[in-house]
Amino acid sequence: MHHSQVSEHVTTTGIDHRKMLMWVFLGSECMFFGTLLATYLIYYGQGLPGTPTPGEILDIPTTSVSTFVLLMSSLMMVLAYSSISRGNVKNFRIWILCTALLGSTFLGFQIFEFTEFAHEGLTPKTNLFGTTFFTLTGFHGAHVTVGVIWLLSLFGYSFKGDLTKDGGLNVDLVALYWHFVDIVWIVIFTVVYLIGVTNG
Amino acid sequence: MENSPHTRESAHPTPLTYVKIAAILVIITAIEVGIFYVDALTDVLIPIFFVLSAVKFTLVVMFYMHLKFDERIFSWLFVGGFLLATFLIIALMILFGSL
Repeated sequence: MHHSQVSEHVTTTGIDHRKMLMWVFLGSECMFFGTLLATYLIYYGQGLPGTPTPGEILDIPTTSVSTFVLLMSSLMMVLAYSSISRGNVKNFRIWILCTALLGSTFLGFQIFEFTEFAHEGLTPKTNLFGTTFFTLTGFHGAHVTVGVIWLLSLFGYSFKGDLTKDGGLNVDLVALYWHFVDIVWIVIFTVVYLIGVTNG
Repeated sequence: MENSPHTRESAHPTPLTYVKIAAILVIITAIEVGIFYVDALTDVLIPIFFVLSAVKFTLVVMFYMHLKFDERIFSWLFVGGFLLATFLIIALMILFGSL
């Protein structure tokens, strides 16, 4: 079916199915990260004696910078969406590239952090803290990676297709996903890092 | 009732509003990190962190994800998932004796 036929189809709610589906997906993603966070909290403080604890190994200054980077990427993303909804493709390309760049920088911080932890003796196999920490933050990092690929694919598509169609819906969808990844990190930074180190 | 997409959305914020929200988010994050190092606040840090985090979370969802301006059903879908997840975390923690 041609894309223009899809965008003009009538829905019973008057809402585009693709946007509705994205919100259903994000609701289910809350459950996904909720289970990972619950597992982390249940096993918090139950590490083997003599192995690294959150208070000993988590680096608040470094993670604060990476948190700032991800927050700024959300600003770039919403500016990209604002540009495309005004039909300004040139500005859209600049902002979407900045978003992808900041997302990649965040991933660089995460790779650096994981490598440092491994050097200090914390791996997913070391203790329950390591297992639950790497699973939770690793899945978040995987989501960021998918987001960066999605952003770059939209940047490439902007040279071939019309992203202003449907009020910039294609950009709206990636923006929703990207901001969701941001709010998941807001929770992880607070619960795992700030509260984790305060208690542990 | 109209059936074209986005018919009930209200106008989204301006870029200046987005920048102001970003500034608030950065300031809150700076406060979080700042008070983390204040020994006198150790006993009340956890509730403060939860409140500050909730404010950041809400700002991003309301303004950047446009829930404040979009269809009400999106809010139900997202808040429903979020509340279920919160209930799940609390229930599991009680079940496993962590709370």
